[in-house]
Amino acid sequence: MTAPPPAGVPIIRLGDILLTGLLDDLDDKTALRFTEELTERIADEGARGVVIDISRLEIIDSFVARVLTESAAAGRLLGARMIVAGMRPAVAITLCGLGLALSGVETALTAERAVAALGWRRDPARVHGSRPHATR
Amino acid sequence: MATEDDLKVRDLLVRVLREHDAEILDLWVRAQSERAAVTALGERELRSEAAGVIAALREGLETGLPVGDVVERHAPAREAVVRLSVRRARAGVDPTATALATLALKDTLLDVLREHTDEPGALFSAAITVNRLLDAAGALTFASYVEGREEIIRTQHRQMLELSTPVVRLWRGVLAVPLIGTLDSARTQLVMNGLLEAIQADEAPVAIIDITGVPTVDTVVAHHLLQTVTAVRLMGAECFISGIRPAIAQTITQLGIDLSTITTRATLADALAEAVRLLDADFPDMASERVRSAL
Repeated sequence: MTAPPPAGVPIIRLGDILLTGLLDDLDDKTALRFTEELTERIADEGARGVVIDISRLEIIDSFVARVLTESAAAGRLLGARMIVAGMRPAVAITLCGLGLALSGVETALTAERAVAALGWRRDPARVHGSRPHATR
Repeated sequence: MATEDDLKVRDLLVRVLREHDAEILDLWVRAQSERAAVTALGERELRSEAAGVIAALREGLETGLPVGDVVERHAPAREAVVRLSVRRARAGVDPTATALATLALKDTLLDVLREHTDEPGALFSAAITVNRLLDAAGALTFASYVEGREEIIRTQHRQMLELSTPVVRLWRGVLAVPLIGTLDSARTQLVMNGLLEAIQADEAPVAIIDITGVPTVDTVVAHHLLQTVTAVRLMGAECFISGIRPAIAQTITQLGIDLSTITTRATLADALAEAVRLLDADFPDMASERVRSAL
């Protein structure tokens, strides 16, 4: 098994969660490599959840929307909960106008909320980082 | 053609307009007042306005422009006529009365001409000239009247749009948009924009669209509602619709509109209760902060 070539988009691992984000200057090649790497990392590391932060994405086109939808669908097939976080109003309006509702993709207001939904919680009593545990 | 005759007729008209302007003014103002539709305008205002039009028309005739074009191309005449009709449009005078106001000047002028000319031929030519002159004025009156009315409509539309999009904070993390009036695509855009911006600024997990003030929900309105809900969900927040009256619920069912993917409630209070329940379940940290701030 060969390791995938290093992609332009960083994917950070936090326990059994993968955290990643998309930027404005995403070109088609990088986007496709991102989907590929993300899928493989989910499979290899048995990620339970994936958060894709798009709060730095100011504009969106149908291609990026498809990358998001497909990554999410692939990740779900591998058993991971996929959450798209921090979508900007302009991006949401554009997607609605394009008729792309990202059906089947979970969304969250911020990356923090997304991570909380996956079971991580900021514990004010413990200053030394968070620990993964079941919520509620 | 017949330029000499034309000149003579013009001279006659200009002379009559100059020498008998007070008489014409009186007759015209009286003719307008008799129609009784212009009561919204004061007598004095009517007089000064009429005097302005008469003077401007005379000057226009003196410039030697073709008679039919005087009102179009002589700027003061055009302005005077436009002002007359726009003022009537603003005062709410109906279009017929506005057009007739200009055309009444025709009768007035002809009456005065008849008194001061004995020669039938000259009178006939003068009548034709007056007709041409004032028909153009009548057409312009109507065009400006419509323009004036449209200006009012545009202003009101703008004001309505401004009125229609307040986003209120109902609770910590719960935003609401009380919609009043019919939802067209321009308003949907505004509402959507305002709501999404507020959701981002407040990081509010729940938004409620209250349609108590929306008179009817047809397929177009429903489509716009669905679009807004979709956009809110894309941002990662939940969106409820409240204020669905029984009659509207029936219409929605009869039209076969599917709102099953949306949480709907009869009243804003119910929706707020639901929102708070959702917050308690999904965002316990927020709930505890809320309790702390309430204490």
